[in-house]
Amino acid sequence: MITRFPRSVMIALVCLLGGGTARADYALNLTQGVTSISREAYRLHMLALWVCVVIAIIVFGAMAWSMYHHRKSRGAVAATFHDNTKVEIVWSILPFLVLVGLAIPATTALIAMHDTSNADLTIKITGQQWSWRYDYLKEDIGFVSNLDEKSAAAAKLGSGVDPRSVEHYLLNVDKPVVVPVGKKVRFLLNASDVIHSWWLPDLGFKKDAIPGFVNEIWARIEKPGTYRGQCTELCGVGHGFMPIVLIAMSEPDYQAWLAGQRAAAAKAKAGADRVWTREELLSKGAEVYTKTCAACHLPGGEGIPGTFKALKGSPVVKGPLAEHIDRVMNGKPGTAMPPFAAQLDDADIAAVITHERNAWGNNMGDLVQPAQIKAARK
Amino acid sequence: MTEIALPQHHEHEHPSGITRWLFTTNHKDIGTLYLLFAVSMLFIGGSFAMVVRLELFQPGLQFVSPHFFNQMTTMHALVMIFGAVMPAFVGLANWMIPMMIGAPDMALPRLNNWSFWLLPFAFTLLLSTLFMPGGAPSGGWTMYPPLVLQTGMAFPFLIFAVHLMGISSVMGAINVITTVFNMRAPGMTYHKLPLFVWTWVVTAFLLIAAMPVLAGAVTMLLTDKYFGTSFFNAAGGGDPVMFQHVFWFFGHPEVYIMILPAFGIVSQIVPTFARKPLFGYTSMIYAVASIAFLSFIVWAHHMFTVGMPLAGELFFMYSTVLIAVPTGVKVFNWVATMWRGSMSFETPMLWALCFIILFSIGGFSGLMLGLAPADFQYQDTYFVVAHFHYVLVTGAVFAIIAGVYFWLPKWTGRMYDERLGKLHFWLSTISVNLLFFPQHFLGLAGMPRRIPDYAVQYAEWNMLSSIGAFLFGASQLIFVYVVVRAMSGHGEKATDQVWEGARGLEWTLSSPPPYHSFNEPPKVP
Ligand code: HEM
Ligand SMILES: [Cu+2]
Ligand SMILES: [Cu+2]
Repeated sequence: MITRFPRSVMIALVCLLGGGTARADYALNLTQGVTSISREAYRLHMLALWVCVVIAIIVFGAMAWSMYHHRKSRGAVAATFHDNTKVEIVWSILPFLVLVGLAIPATTALIAMHDTSNADLTIKITGQQWSWRYDYLKEDIGFVSNLDEKSAAAAKLGSGVDPRSVEHYLLNVDKPVVVPVGKKVRFLLNASDVIHSWWLPDLGFKKDAIPGFVNEIWARIEKPGTYRGQCTELCGVGHGFMPIVLIAMSEPDYQAWLAGQRAAAAKAKAGADRVWTREELLSKGAEVYTKTCAACHLPGGEGIPGTFKALKGSPVVKGPLAEHIDRVMNGKPGTAMPPFAAQLDDADIAAVITHERNAWGNNMGDLVQPAQIKAARK
Repeated sequence: MTEIALPQHHEHEHPSGITRWLFTTNHKDIGTLYLLFAVSMLFIGGSFAMVVRLELFQPGLQFVSPHFFNQMTTMHALVMIFGAVMPAFVGLANWMIPMMIGAPDMALPRLNNWSFWLLPFAFTLLLSTLFMPGGAPSGGWTMYPPLVLQTGMAFPFLIFAVHLMGISSVMGAINVITTVFNMRAPGMTYHKLPLFVWTWVVTAFLLIAAMPVLAGAVTMLLTDKYFGTSFFNAAGGGDPVMFQHVFWFFGHPEVYIMILPAFGIVSQIVPTFARKPLFGYTSMIYAVASIAFLSFIVWAHHMFTVGMPLAGELFFMYSTVLIAVPTGVKVFNWVATMWRGSMSFETPMLWALCFIILFSIGGFSGLMLGLAPADFQYQDTYFVVAHFHYVLVTGAVFAIIAGVYFWLPKWTGRMYDERLGKLHFWLSTISVNLLFFPQHFLGLAGMPRRIPDYAVQYAEWNMLSSIGAFLFGASQLIFVYVVVRAMSGHGEKATDQVWEGARGLEWTLSSPPPYHSFNEPPKVP
């Protein structure tokens, strides 16, 4: 790795000198993005940057000049002036005018961002430790978007997997959120446990997802494509591992995707109404556990003493079933254990509880059916 | 006993050994204690940062778990802010203010002792959490609920430590104000006060106004966690965003608490080595005062993304960018002080000049961050990390180091080794830019802050940044060597004047100065 390094730095420096158009793997500058908001942000960013560069050249230039010419070693004799009201007034007012020049475009951009009226569709986004849930209001579709399994497996201490071999390492999810291009999409943001923040640089904003609040923001994406971002508010141990992937597609493709989602939802519902076998429950349960629970309780169920309770040999897991179901569905207030009732469906909850009661030597031997969870929801 | 009877031996009456330091009420001893405490915290907090940079050296998790990583970032910030930078400034104030205003000591010596001795206890509490089950606090130094309420056993220790630090700061501030208001030598009018004293008086008022707000906020966290209140709990009718408002109402003045005394130090050093009086003395004071005032009405620029109403975002954007005006005035004044001076470049001057340039770079990125529509992109990325390290490391810390080189000969009576000082300077300056400049690019390219692992396109800048960090950390060992050498009486003897261009009462005292600075009020020129 060390040997790669000088070459990459060279390339980066060349890009820097060659201006913003040259692009390597590693960007240097803000993206222009694919919405009017992101372009405004980019323009404002570049304007402010150039203003700063010009001021820097003037101020540092004056400094360098006097450091060279007014040196004692060159025989400079110090003047004695220590005030000049005129100059001082000028250099207070000029920067003020520059600031007004920056504030005007910033104000118009800000006003445009706040206009969430006349949206074509609305997606509710819920941040939760550590994944994003997307609900398409009016469409009756909703799903949780987790870090993809390849990244998750590589991003473990001592995993032995080279992140460079994983495509879109840490920036890939199992189920991306999908939107149509050219439509005004309104996003409603909310969180179920702690504060998260939803950021897609190409859309030009991030917005916090806060428990008990609903935040609004909008985007009209101009170009079909896959856009990637991350959570940007510290939300616990999984904070670096809850990326955002959004796919923008043409309206017909989007409609086809919607139809597919509806069919899948119907199938999942049917699954929840039948009786599952032990094998089905255990394999589904292990899958849900790895995705949803293992970040805190660890893959071996041993937890982290003092912070995350161990499930291996836990009194709740080895205790009465009703209590175990209650803990998973409703969480434990005042601790890091969130309620999962809204995040997981009946089959997922049934399966993961079955898994926990039978893994790591817990050997309780009992099975939980989706119907029991459905009943517990009432 | 006999010594007390002999007034001419006044200077030797203090006890020696450990009790001298435990019970001391002398401003120089307490100043020394503060500075030694600060430098040890600098190394402890610095070692946490090394862990962070080590993990970020390459993509993938190699050394620490995300949980420990979060503990390191949180503890790094708390230790550096409350343990290194703030105590260092109080240490400099203790040493220099009585000597600069012609006083024998600080006005409230016992309070002074107490405000220092709270700190080792506060930090013992805080650092002990590293060894507890569940580890140290890991919710960020900003302590946002609900996340911070998920902290385990460390939580009450964190809150109590913050309380102790706050009490210590407020007592230190009261002492500075009382001293400057009451103990000035005859003729030392407010128009003659050295800028270091002026900036410290303003800082002291900021401390008294801001620290109790922090204490209130963390107390509400405590009752939310243990006593069933719901100040910040949405489910109980509370408001998690309110914590952020209260925290940043403290937090923004806090960043100025860490930079105004730095402005003061630089305003002492630049005229000395330009051999020319400070340009715009009065406008410097007005600039500091208006920065202090503005710092109370800009707080929500840290929270542009929480979803404020349009009018709120506009107000905080305008007030924030307005701070650039008085900040600009200060920089212009320093440059005008150098203009047509007769400059020489001893080590303190090098640090001060570097401060002016690099702090300005931090100010520029601050201006960019203040523009709300652009901040929606920058917020909580490495761009912000670059910004606050330029203002805090190459700003506050560089100014502290400049001040130590500047005053060390006065304190110890020994010149430090100029060659080592310059080596320390150049190594630090090169490595600190290697460390923090690439973080601007990382943030713009999309890397969030506070993450233990990152996508591979961020690999090269992170590696460069980590290399810079290791070099910067190692360079500080030179500083320790230089200071220890002078403290242990090695090196050339310093004159009373020390620097050719030095002006002010402190330079009329012997080097090292007598135990009680001015027993007779000096004549103010
Ligand atoms: C021209 C002057 C300055 C302006 C306009 C400015 C503006 C800002 C803004 C808007 C942010 C929030 C960025 C974000 O989170 O998105 C910020 C963060 C920060 N600034 Fe400044 N700043 C200035 C000077 C300073 C100074 C002098 C200091 C300290 C010595 C400082 C320390 C900080 C710190 C510590 C943070 C980050 C806090 C955190 O989130 O952990 N800034 N600044
Ligand atoms: Cu997060
Ligand atoms: Cu601020």
